[in-house]
Amino acid sequence: MFTDFLSFMVLFNFIIPVSMYVTVEMQKFLGSFFITWDKDFFDPEIKEGALVNTSDLNEELGQVEYIFTDKTGTLTQNNMEFIECCIDGFQYRHQEDSSELDGVCVTDGPVNKVQQKAGTEREELFLRALCLCHTVQVKESTKNGRDQIDQVDGLGADEEVLHPPQKERGFIASSPDEIALVQGAMRYGFTFLGLESKNMKILNRNKDVETYELLHVLNFDPVRRRMSVMVRSKTGDILLFCKGADSSIFPRVRQEEVERIRMHVERNATDGYRTLCVAYKHLSAEEYANADAGLREAKLALQDREEKLMDVYNQVETEMTLIGATAVEDQLQDEAAQTMEALQVAGMKVWVLTGDKMETAKSTCYACGLFKKNTELLELTLRTLEDGGRRREERLHDLLLEYHKKAVQDAPPVKLGITRSWSVASHGFGFIIDGASLSMVFSSSSESNSSLYKNLFLQICQNCTAVLCCRMAPLQKAQIVRLVKNSKGSPITLSIGDGANDVSMILEAHVGIGIKGKEGRQAVKNSDYAIPKLKHLKKLLLAHGHLYYVRIAHLVQYFFYKNLCFILPQFLYQFFCGFSQQPLYDAAYLTMYNICFTSMPILAYSLLEQHICIEVLLDNSTLYREIAKNAMLRWKLFLYWTALGLFHGLVFFFGVRFLFSNPALQDNGQVFGNWSYGTIVFTVLVFTVTLKLALVTRHWTWINHFVIWGSLAFYVFFSFFWGGIICRPFLSHQRLYFVFANMLSSVSAWLVIILLILLSLLPEILLVVLRKPRGPHARQMKRRLPSSGTSTIFMLSQTASTHSFSWSD
Amino acid sequence: MYSMSMWNVGRGRKKKGRGMTGKGELLHPGKDLSVLLTSLFLCSPVDCAIKAMVKHEQEEFPNRPDNTAFTQQRLPAWQPILSAGIVIPGFVLIGLAFIGVGVGLFITSRDVQVLELDYTGAVATDPCYKCSDPSIKNCECTMEFHLDTLFKGPVFIYYGLTNYFQNQRKYGISKDDNQLYGDLDTFKSPASECFPYGYDSKSKPIVPCGALANSMFNDTFRLYRMVNGSKKEVPLNGKGIAWWTDQNVKYRNPNETPLINAFNGTVKPINWPKAAYELDTTDVYNNGFINQDFLVWMRRAALPNFRKLYRRITKDEYQAGLPAGNYSLEISYNYHVLSFKGKKKLVLSNISWMGGKNDFLGIAYLVVGSLCVIMSIVMLIVYAKFKFPEED
Repeated sequence: MFTDFLSFMVLFNFIIPVSMYVTVEMQKFLGSFFITWDKDFFDPEIKEGALVNTSDLNEELGQVEYIFTDKTGTLTQNNMEFIECCIDGFQYRHQEDSSELDGVCVTDGPVNKVQQKAGTEREELFLRALCLCHTVQVKESTKNGRDQIDQVDGLGADEEVLHPPQKERGFIASSPDEIALVQGAMRYGFTFLGLESKNMKILNRNKDVETYELLHVLNFDPVRRRMSVMVRSKTGDILLFCKGADSSIFPRVRQEEVERIRMHVERNATDGYRTLCVAYKHLSAEEYANADAGLREAKLALQDREEKLMDVYNQVETEMTLIGATAVEDQLQDEAAQTMEALQVAGMKVWVLTGDKMETAKSTCYACGLFKKNTELLELTLRTLEDGGRRREERLHDLLLEYHKKAVQDAPPVKLGITRSWSVASHGFGFIIDGASLSMVFSSSSESNSSLYKNLFLQICQNCTAVLCCRMAPLQKAQIVRLVKNSKGSPITLSIGDGANDVSMILEAHVGIGIKGKEGRQAVKNSDYAIPKLKHLKKLLLAHGHLYYVRIAHLVQYFFYKNLCFILPQFLYQFFCGFSQQPLYDAAYLTMYNICFTSMPILAYSLLEQHICIEVLLDNSTLYREIAKNAMLRWKLFLYWTALGLFHGLVFFFGVRFLFSNPALQDNGQVFGNWSYGTIVFTVLVFTVTLKLALVTRHWTWINHFVIWGSLAFYVFFSFFWGGIICRPFLSHQRLYFVFANMLSSVSAWLVIILLILLSLLPEILLVVLRKPRGPHARQMKRRLPSSGTSTIFMLSQTASTHSFSWSD
Repeated sequence: MYSMSMWNVGRGRKKKGRGMTGKGELLHPGKDLSVLLTSLFLCSPVDCAIKAMVKHEQEEFPNRPDNTAFTQQRLPAWQPILSAGIVIPGFVLIGLAFIGVGVGLFITSRDVQVLELDYTGAVATDPCYKCSDPSIKNCECTMEFHLDTLFKGPVFIYYGLTNYFQNQRKYGISKDDNQLYGDLDTFKSPASECFPYGYDSKSKPIVPCGALANSMFNDTFRLYRMVNGSKKEVPLNGKGIAWWTDQNVKYRNPNETPLINAFNGTVKPINWPKAAYELDTTDVYNNGFINQDFLVWMRRAALPNFRKLYRRITKDEYQAGLPAGNYSLEISYNYHVLSFKGKKKLVLSNISWMGGKNDFLGIAYLVVGSLCVIMSIVMLIVYAKFKFPEED
């Protein structure tokens, strides 16, 4: 009958643990506070700690297999310092100790133009370009000199000692590069005074103020990788200054000038500096009129404004004259190398995705220890593609196959799991690809080739210890993340970045981490977690991620287990009541079981459990590998918990069933009825599942004690209370009137409760004893193990309460 | 395209006021909760001292997370370690204790005397065979039995039914609790759960209504002791067979004297030979809804094979038990069970501190206790072989 079916549905719906979702949500929500609260994530420099934007991903932090990291601001500090510039092929390096503000020309070996300077005219043009081509704002001085700090989009930059004439001046810009460049120009005598009603003022070397009318700013965007300004000088000349990445500038300038500067740029990049090229162009009145009209029209466009603007930009920024290049240094973040190594030891693969030049990025990778001296680099860049003198497509095909053979087929088979030691991974391959090659891989001419290339590319990358993707557009970053995310085994990916150009990959990856850097708040706002520094990633993954994964894995499995052994007796009872949907437990017990009696201990467990203490987790990165690939939510463990639930359910039901073969259980000869039966089963159930959790708990704080013993006490209290009230309109709900008290008056009931609890937990205790602690656990246990001699069944030993007493540790 | 627009937005924003000077703007979301929790959970005076020490730093960095044991996940914790040195003696102790209890239970259970008399009359040789036909009314039959030794008192008499699903859900809810609590309104209109035993064929309300009450066991028994060829009735005590709370709290008669007045306009349950107010006319406190036989019946059995307490033998010379000899049991056979392949029996039993005879508990304790001991021996062997690798 249909109503019978519905009754069974109502009766057995507890097997689907709806309450688990509530508990899981609470665990995730409350658990994420521990990340926010962690003082190790506090950075005194920016005076902020970690930020958690989502509470859904705590456990995924423990499952990360691929890390995609941005370079600038993530691996590096994004704390720019102007190092040198090159004007017309002549190198200008600023000497710190030099008192001269004038440009000092030093010998530039590779160029072989000893002690030569570019013409003063070119020099000044270059410096004017630096002073004009930016979107920096001047922050006017206040009386307090200490407030004079460079401001980058809301975040305080470090204090720099400015040169005396500029002391009253601070700069605000969206990118620290721009400030570095303006300050660089300042060192050579050209000071940007600010923008006043469309007029840019510059203080030149002769201490004269030059005024330029700002006509248009062609904004920077990470796809074009350059920005321009159009200004009108006092004399009425209209000039366009453009600065940008060499790859986007070189094709747009007259080719004869390129070679002289390219050498500088490449050498600087190899040294790990960020390079920018500067070009300019004289616009005739007619050209300007065209450009002006085009820009105005595009800006007013209602549809596709971005595309239209882009078109105009591309038209205007052509046939420019290259004047020079700049080199800006960006220092590595604190502990970047240690962090990267720890993450690699933990079994994660680190891919660097950057918009920078290959040379710059490569040197950063070496500095971070991602590439080692003995790492064999496989390069798939425009340079290697053009090497053979053949068509790029053919070359791409060959190279991919060659690298695939090298890295995948000939590579020694990598053993998965814990045995994969760090030493094996250390002399692996490093793979380098640039944006242009990547787009060829992704959009090959024929459909079949495209998927083949993608596959080859992915396999190569997966067999390399580190992968560097340079010259990436933001969408390409996301493309790579997506490729890995959707690859076989769907590994958990993590993206970390600080800038707006990382947003797409942060959004694409499973876990997106934002660095609270100097490039604005875009990354932080779009991320799942935001941390002040790269070094915090280590604790976030190795400690928090690990713990949350273990906690949630236990939480989920324990929930299934406790609902299984809750409902199994209920199910078995149907065989003894003519399949009449008779509930075994009272309605109050059915409702309260998951809400009150057994929910708090597991919630406390899933918030506080530290099966391995945090220090050990941080010291032994390899521990992370033990939980890799969802190791704690696999079939084996799931079946173990299911079998346990079945066993317990059978013990509960049949234990009481045999007891009830003679229901005269009281010493006054009176008999027990069906509600007494259910109450005995339920009492055994509540005690057993709670004590089972107590056996699993490795980290007993007073909160655990409170909720575990408190839950049991509450159960007893509630049962007395529920069995003690009887009132008029709810008489039929008082089926349990005095059932619990009567049960406790029976010695047999006591004995059977004790027997069944012990019988259920016996195999568990046996397992705990026989399961030998291995590896670091053992070491840790040994450290915590005091001399034996406690008399209780649990040898309770107080863990070293490494309570930190100061902020500074 | 998405990221580009994000970029532009980012550049467009000019936030001058924020950053180093913007104190307290970027509060942590967890901050308030943290303060609350710490104030609730804070454990030791040491923490307060630390707090005072770092107070000036707090003022300097208003955003810095609190350095408390709770927020830093450094609460002092105990780690239970189940080591062999603890578990093996523990198991031995538990095992021995269980074996001890088991032996006690087993002996107690063995000493409990039980006499079961099946009087269903399913086979022709049974003395009650003639009554097993449902068409025969007011049938009486007699069973003789012999006790070799004294049946120690107090003796309890149970009736047992098999294959009887008193735990059937719809059967079980087929009653009106308010009616049984003495609510006169429900005498006129019984609850709908009672259907089809709410009204009789003439639409008169049935009191007590419902299938559960209607099916009340109504065989009665008289026990005679044969002394020198003459029958001597053994007095049976019908009190103290139901739960005290059932009789005194949960069930109530309506506030009418005499009780029969309350039942005006109602009819007795179809299967009952007499109305509720006639269940025990000798005792007001055992009549109507608080009649103990009725209460015993209304407390539903857990399993389809069950027994319920019928009478106690507590009076006169039988206080010490039933002496050896011949006995005769006269049965007023009204309750027919053969239609559902059930069986009826009468059980005489005495009671120990653990209740009626139940071998299961004693055996289970012995088995589990032995398991504990055996497991500890096995563990001892295993650990002896591996030289206690965990210790030192």
